[in-house]
Amino acid sequence: MFAFAIKRFASLLVTLLVATGVVFLVMEVLPGDPAELMLGVEAREDTLAALRQQLGIDQPAALRYLTWLHGLVTGDLGTSYTYSVPVSELVGERLAVSLPLAFLALLLSVAIAFPVGIVAARHRGGPADTGIMALTQIGIAVPNFWFAILLVYVFAIALRLVPSGGFPGWEAGIGPALSALLLPAIALALPQAAILARVLRSGLIDTLHEDYIRTARAKGLTRQAVLWRHAVRNALIPVLTILGLQFSFLIAGTIIIENVFYLPGIGRLIFQAITQRDLIVVKSVVTLLVAIVILVTYAVDLAYAAVDPRLRRR
Amino acid sequence: MAFTKSRLRRLRSHLSSRSLVVGGAITSLVLAMALLSLVWTPYPIDVLSVADRLKGPSTAHILGTDQYGRDILSMLMVGARTSIAVALVAVGIGIFLGVPLGLAAAARGGLIEEAVMRFNDLVFAFPALVSAIMITAILGPGAINAILAIGIFNIPVFARVARGGALAYKSRDFVLAARVAGKGETRIVAEHILPNIANLLIVQGTIQFSLGILAEAGLSYVGLGAQPPLATWGRMLNEAQTMMAFAPQLALYPGLAIVVTVLGLNLLGDGLRDMLDPRLKRREA
Repeated sequence: MFAFAIKRFASLLVTLLVATGVVFLVMEVLPGDPAELMLGVEAREDTLAALRQQLGIDQPAALRYLTWLHGLVTGDLGTSYTYSVPVSELVGERLAVSLPLAFLALLLSVAIAFPVGIVAARHRGGPADTGIMALTQIGIAVPNFWFAILLVYVFAIALRLVPSGGFPGWEAGIGPALSALLLPAIALALPQAAILARVLRSGLIDTLHEDYIRTARAKGLTRQAVLWRHAVRNALIPVLTILGLQFSFLIAGTIIIENVFYLPGIGRLIFQAITQRDLIVVKSVVTLLVAIVILVTYAVDLAYAAVDPRLRRR
Repeated sequence: MAFTKSRLRRLRSHLSSRSLVVGGAITSLVLAMALLSLVWTPYPIDVLSVADRLKGPSTAHILGTDQYGRDILSMLMVGARTSIAVALVAVGIGIFLGVPLGLAAAARGGLIEEAVMRFNDLVFAFPALVSAIMITAILGPGAINAILAIGIFNIPVFARVARGGALAYKSRDFVLAARVAGKGETRIVAEHILPNIANLLIVQGTIQFSLGILAEAGLSYVGLGAQPPLATWGRMLNEAQTMMAFAPQLALYPGLAIVVTVLGLNLLGDGLRDMLDPRLKRREA
């Protein structure tokens, strides 16, 4: 297991390195003059020169890349051009909203998908299964941001149960902060749960037909024990694959959903940065998002190996 | 190809496959609306008319009008065209770049296969939204961003499907026979492998098409997709959100349009898979 983790870690580092190279190439080399892109063509020559100096554009691209990489490793992401504060500070503040939202959504989707998927698989072909399959089919087709808009309409505008958006901050206490994240998390979680439940159901149906399930039943294990100890564990591989893939959708979803609820997270930050042409912020946030996706893929690979020892030998 | 009795029976069983029929019907309807919008919409969508703003459904405007007095049905039709165009071109990019990569990886193996797999890993780290953010930051917003961002993410998807399918056929007798007969690698791939994995690619294409519709809606909702005067379902939802308290119906129609379209494509994909999956065919025989 340890050797496997080390081997995968090496390829993780390579992927991270190449990915940062791609981001740098697209955002720093392709535009030609990032300073002009940020300030517009009518900018005064001395302002342009000052920004070029700040960005270090007078230096060769390779050197700038290495400097940037060094900054990434040490946590120095440069200074935002529009906010005049360190980007790491900005990003840190915003992550305190986005990350809890993403994890809450992940948690909810797993909490919904497991019971639903298991019920469907155990009553395969019955009315419960048919109903669940029809519901999940619709769940997959519903865009999460539209679902979010509907939730806002029902719970904030029609019923006036919750505010329609905004975030009180963690200073206001765990309760108010979490309740501000609840509707967005539900909006993100339900479509994901629909996919997850379907994958779990088909994984379970496959494993429930295996000989070792019959053997386990024959040796006197209860249905429950067989289900949890043998069937669910073996059905976890496809579920993990989807969970890993879903996490990158979840991050994209978080960025979009934050705009529905006016949450001050990474998503709001990046769209403000795009409008204000603050390339320094855009570059840092994009790198961060890409790094998160790569890290999650790595974690999923390790989880595979933990669940299925056969995969460690690859 | 004559219609034998069993062929006829199989065709009949396909037609009775509900998801194929329902999915096919919904997809054709949406396609027809999108195509019709090229030559005709009930009203022009780039003319704002304050006098007609926020009208309810009537014979003049079947679904009513929005806050700028534009006919909602006309907007939905143009929105269908935008969605379908973006998603379709993105699937095209995925197929034309991804399938050759996957086939080359399966046929050659070794370094090429390793390179293709690493490339796949790399591209998977850039979700369509993240690519769209990068492209928009340097090029400004537009439909082309959405197409590129979604299309790039489709490349590794099709490369994987093509490679997996090709590997399954690589050691089959008819491929070995073709090799013994002296056919080159390229001809074997084109004449024996590609026709056999076409089914897989069609099913995956339908799935990516429906994912593309969802992705386009999300991108245009946050302003990274096609720009006015072109209508998009995503931007219609964005504009409707500010009017939620007075005109919630504005947020209803574009959302329903997305759900119905994606549902139709997913059902079509399921139906196609049941029809084309060779394993199911064998079970029938």
